[in-house]
Amino acid sequence: MIAELGLAALWMAAALAALQLIAGALALRPQGAALRGVIRPVAMMQGVLVALAFAALIWLFVTTDLSVKLVAENSHSAKPMIFKIAGAWGNHEGSMLLWVTIMSLGGAFVALVEKRLAEDTLIATLAGQAFVSLGFYAFLLLSSNPFERLPQPAPEGAGLNPLLQDIGLAFHPPTLYVGYVGLSIAFSFAVGALVTRDVGPAFARAMRPWVLGAWIFLTLGITAGSYWAYYTLGWGGWWFWDPVENASLMPWLAATALLHSVSVLAARNALRAWTVMLGVVAFSMSMVGTFLVRSGILTSVHAFAVDPTRGSFILILLAIYIGGALLLFGLRASTVTEGARFAFVSREASLVFNNVMLCGILGIVLVGTLYPLLTEAFGVKVSVGPPYFNPVSAIFAFPMIVVMAVGPLLRWKDDGARRVAPVLAIPALVALGGAGAAFAAHVALLPALGLGLGGGLAVASLLPLRGRNLRRTPLPTWGMVISHFGLAVALLGMASEAAFSIEKLAALNPGESRQVGPYALSLDRIDPVAGPNWTALQATVSARYAGGAPVVLNPQARTFANPPGTRTESALLTRWNGQLYVVLGEEGEDGRWQMRFWWKPFVPLIWLGGLLVGFGGLLALIGRVARDVKRLVAVDKIAFRRERQGR
Amino acid sequence: MSAIKAKHQRLVLLVIALAALVGAGLLAAWALSKQASYFYVPSDLVAHPPEQGRAVRLGGMVEKGSIRTMPDGVTIHFIVGDGKARVPVRFSGITPDLFVEGSGVVAEGRMEGQTFVADNLLAKHDEKYVPREMKDMTSAQAKAVVADTK
Repeated sequence: MIAELGLAALWMAAALAALQLIAGALALRPQGAALRGVIRPVAMMQGVLVALAFAALIWLFVTTDLSVKLVAENSHSAKPMIFKIAGAWGNHEGSMLLWVTIMSLGGAFVALVEKRLAEDTLIATLAGQAFVSLGFYAFLLLSSNPFERLPQPAPEGAGLNPLLQDIGLAFHPPTLYVGYVGLSIAFSFAVGALVTRDVGPAFARAMRPWVLGAWIFLTLGITAGSYWAYYTLGWGGWWFWDPVENASLMPWLAATALLHSVSVLAARNALRAWTVMLGVVAFSMSMVGTFLVRSGILTSVHAFAVDPTRGSFILILLAIYIGGALLLFGLRASTVTEGARFAFVSREASLVFNNVMLCGILGIVLVGTLYPLLTEAFGVKVSVGPPYFNPVSAIFAFPMIVVMAVGPLLRWKDDGARRVAPVLAIPALVALGGAGAAFAAHVALLPALGLGLGGGLAVASLLPLRGRNLRRTPLPTWGMVISHFGLAVALLGMASEAAFSIEKLAALNPGESRQVGPYALSLDRIDPVAGPNWTALQATVSARYAGGAPVVLNPQARTFANPPGTRTESALLTRWNGQLYVVLGEEGEDGRWQMRFWWKPFVPLIWLGGLLVGFGGLLALIGRVARDVKRLVAVDKIAFRRERQGR
Repeated sequence: MSAIKAKHQRLVLLVIALAALVGAGLLAAWALSKQASYFYVPSDLVAHPPEQGRAVRLGGMVEKGSIRTMPDGVTIHFIVGDGKARVPVRFSGITPDLFVEGSGVVAEGRMEGQTFVADNLLAKHDEKYVPREMKDMTSAQAKAVVADTK
């Protein structure tokens, strides 16, 4: 019954999306003015219905209704409750329902709170959002129905892939999806603005909080995903340039560029066409990512079921939306009037430079990700990994970081290099000193440059606060400073991990020990342990820092029964100056246990930096929204007074 | 500020952006030709050996009775074959759970002398998660290898 209700709600939501699109298209004509009032309520109702459908799916997983195909194939009655709930989106159909849910709730949210956008543009935007949603409704209902019943209820569920049975599953996919799908709102804004030819500072100010919101979630989702891969894979790495990771990085790069160009548009009425273009590109990258991940052309824990029809379905959607938006852009871009001018040395110019650098990195990552698929079509199998991505993206990333240090100190419109040069002397010295010292210590080129630039940027990113009254500094300025500082922190963590990690591989008898960096590690014993739905071998390892008191670590090798599978559970010891990472391997024929140890100095800075970047974004968002609310209240008051005076 | 017209400024920006993107594309193409790691089956590897030290992937079957553990307990030597040719492989590290003799494997690494030194081994994980290269290998023997392991 619940499954049928969920399905019915989904169909009704799809019908409302169709209505929203048609009414929106008609309402923009003079004859259709009567329809203007229905758009917002329809968008909100659509959101409510999809939320109901999503709640129905969660209910089916919580109660483990084995007559539903999706539940029987992906859940198990003996699974811990948190994984029953999170397991609802740990599969293809459920995750697509999550996608559509976020997309429709996003549209509903826009309909509910967006007050700044010109009414015509808002109608075009909501119609655009409905148009995009319709494609995904069709995909869900026609090829990936999450509510399909089995002819006979299954006696027991097949369970969830052990790699996914982790608390990360509860947070990482929803966060990332809010980011991906949040960009659909930026896309619809761009399409709406192209339809009404209304691209200007007011439009940019209305669009900015939505871009910022999506970007914050993307940042946090990528940071969380990286940490999850780091501790769960047991390979000691935090980024593998895996196509699935690239699929999340590409929208982030585009959204970062968009976030900065939309600020230029809002403040200076420049970069009009470019901003609209980035709005289209950012969500296109989300969809390319979905296509890569869900079409089955990649094999990964993220590619749930290989079904070629689904791949072609997403490809068609991709062609319609990206192609359509680019066509609209091509037709309308020349009618978007030119923006304001700016000099070669100015805030705008630095933002343009970094926009281009971000797009360069985006291009590099896109080409590297698609290249293996392309060559495979010609029967040549290749894989592209860090030896390509690291140096080639660094060619664009490092100049970008230099300009990031300078840009926020420059004035809008026109500025002189001489004015800011003295201020930048300190960060420049830090950068040169850091890189030089790293070279002297025989650190490789890229990590050495990373250490220098990270140090320099960390100092330079704080400079916009100098001479300011910190209490009166607006929140968006704080946000920018903290985000830029966070990026410097993350860069320092990445460079330090690459430069100074120590890895030891050893086969140990219980009682034996090894020195890893500053730690003496001894394997005390190996015990069998049991969890709710797994059994494991657990090592007890004591770690002594420079002869101090021992700290116990318990890495495990877990075995799951439903479905059968194994997973290594690494043990981490976090200290202010780094992380100790211990993995338990197999028992050798001679009874020794394989152990893998890493000492990674300052590696947590990578994720701390990512959190800071997201936190800075949040501060900026709060600052912007608070200002908007204040303005709206003021406008209301004036209108109220006028009304009273008029009487 | 010079008297550039807004229209000219837009043109200059467009040219710079295009130049940067074309540059990125060319750079990517050049780097890919240098850095992409090709996939080999043992007979290809023996017939057309890649440059020493260049990152490549080797896929085939772990020969029965070929895994030998070195005295350090963590380095193994084994032979990857495809029925036509055999390549000795060395690997230091924790092997994946389904890495067993007589089963398929993809090794990421490079040729050093006559030995393939692997940095990483990908084994057939389970029915759902097969390394992409093992799903449809280019040569017929390799397909047979995968069929054997099922």
